[in-house]
Amino acid sequence: MKPFTYERAGSPAEAAAAAARRPEAKFIAGGTNLLDLMKLQIETPAHLIDVNGLKLDTIEPTQEGGLRIGALVRNTDLAADERVRRDYGVLSRALLAGASGQLRNRATTAGNLLQRTRCPYFYDTNMACNKRRPGSGCSAIGGINRQHAVVGASEACIATHPSDMAVAMRVLDASIETVKPQGATRTISIAELHRLPGDTPNVETVLEAGELITAVTLPRPVGGSQQYRKVRDRASYAFALVSVAAIVQPDGSGRVALGGVAHKPWRLDAADAEMPRGAKAVAGKLFADAKPTEHNAFKLPLAERALASVLADARG
Amino acid sequence: MAKLHVSTTINGEPQEFLCDAEQSMLDVLRGPLGLTGAKEGCGTGDCGACTITLNGRIVCSCLMLAAEAEGQEIGTIEGMAGEELHPLQQKFLESAALQCGICTPGVLMAAKALLEKNPDPTEHEVRFWLAGNLCRCTGYDKIIRAVMDTAADMRAAR
Ligand SMILES: Cc1cc2nc3c(=O)[nH]c(=O)nc-3n(C[C@H](O)[C@H](O)[C@H](O)COP(=O)(O)OP(=O)(O)OC[C@H]3O[C@@H](n4cnc5c(N)ncnc54)[C@H](O)[C@@H]3O)c2cc1C
Ligand code: SF4
Repeated sequence: MKPFTYERAGSPAEAAAAAARRPEAKFIAGGTNLLDLMKLQIETPAHLIDVNGLKLDTIEPTQEGGLRIGALVRNTDLAADERVRRDYGVLSRALLAGASGQLRNRATTAGNLLQRTRCPYFYDTNMACNKRRPGSGCSAIGGINRQHAVVGASEACIATHPSDMAVAMRVLDASIETVKPQGATRTISIAELHRLPGDTPNVETVLEAGELITAVTLPRPVGGSQQYRKVRDRASYAFALVSVAAIVQPDGSGRVALGGVAHKPWRLDAADAEMPRGAKAVAGKLFADAKPTEHNAFKLPLAERALASVLADARG
Repeated sequence: MAKLHVSTTINGEPQEFLCDAEQSMLDVLRGPLGLTGAKEGCGTGDCGACTITLNGRIVCSCLMLAAEAEGQEIGTIEGMAGEELHPLQQKFLESAALQCGICTPGVLMAAKALLEKNPDPTEHEVRFWLAGNLCRCTGYDKIIRAVMDTAADMRAAR
């Protein structure tokens, strides 16, 4: 690791002030993604602000009948929360489908949303990668790109977002509360948080430098059958090739978001509207603009079949 | 750069140490503190050989900064046996649930945490819980069996 300085913040205001003082700083929460990337010198922050002491680790009901999840709530605790299991089952299932017990005990709600891609070329500092080194090229295009995006990608980058949790958050219409270094707060919908790669795949979210996530809120529960299906190369402890988060209502209407297919959780209104007509119709809309690569075209039928199986389960 | 001073508790005993910001908990345990039970398998959170407990919950010490131990309670494999071996350790020996032994400290830490939470796990639950501990020798069956047998013994002994 490149040497860095380290400080602990005791409150969101302190963390924001620290970020204003040190624009080159990064926040560290569970560290399970950031430290991994720092060891490989893919991330080289000169200063770390430890946000583990921020006391943002509770899950509270909101006035609107939803839940406000502190940014530092660990993935284990979020998955086990009784209200989450009862009212937002898709979130609990998605969390438990990710990583391992050791990692979920450390990983936080905010850190999980902001984890970076698992593109192997991004991880290999000898290879060209526009996300890691803007302008250097994309080794995945024309390389081994079996894991990569089939939709929403660009000429500059075809990476996917690796989070399971974020896919469930997308189908649940979560919103992200933040505080900027100068103290202003704002709320960002999960639909807008992550960017498509475009010409600047190094810019992954709409967050500004030093903008701290304080909480993620869920709207009132929408009921329905809530499913998460993750398809991967082995039965446990691997990232998704494709994943399906779906909420299906008794009348067949519902919503669906896909993981493993794009630079962000992939959900389209036009696809949700097709839910009563079944998996083929929904997948047709989700993949209307798909441009699969040489190695990953299998993701299209795989996602459709995973969705068909989820819909069959939902119907019971 | 100035060293960071950290006050923590390790296996129930107060412990202070100095470290660099970039040292992991695993670096400090295995280096200055001489607690070499936890192993560095991958250094990337995949293998679980570095598993310790942080405030009673298993974590990968390779992905935790030593500075983050300030004010927290750390548990390592060295704290597992009392006068006698922990029943899991004894059972692992008896059932040859290890070969090279590199993964064993991490597996034992994870299995102990499982049995404290769930004294009567199904095989599926044991496999799910130990998914973060890779073993390249045993093929897992003896490990899973040893954990289930220990759980049964511990239930019978209560
Ligand atoms: C071996 C392995 C397997 C894994 N498998 C899976 C899997 O199957 N599915 C899956 O979804 N994930 C998986 N993960 C990824 C894991 O879920 C993430 O590493 C974790 O969720 C990141 O959370 P963290 O709190 O540790 O983040 P950190 O590593 O602390 O931070 C990640 C990023 O978020 C930023 N950040 C953190 N908190 C805040 C905040 N409050 N405000 C603003 N910025 C913040 C940090 O600056 C950093 O850029 C795996 C990880 C490993 C190591
Ligand atoms: S797909 Fe994106 S992350 Fe992967 S090599 Fe190309 S630019 Fe880098």
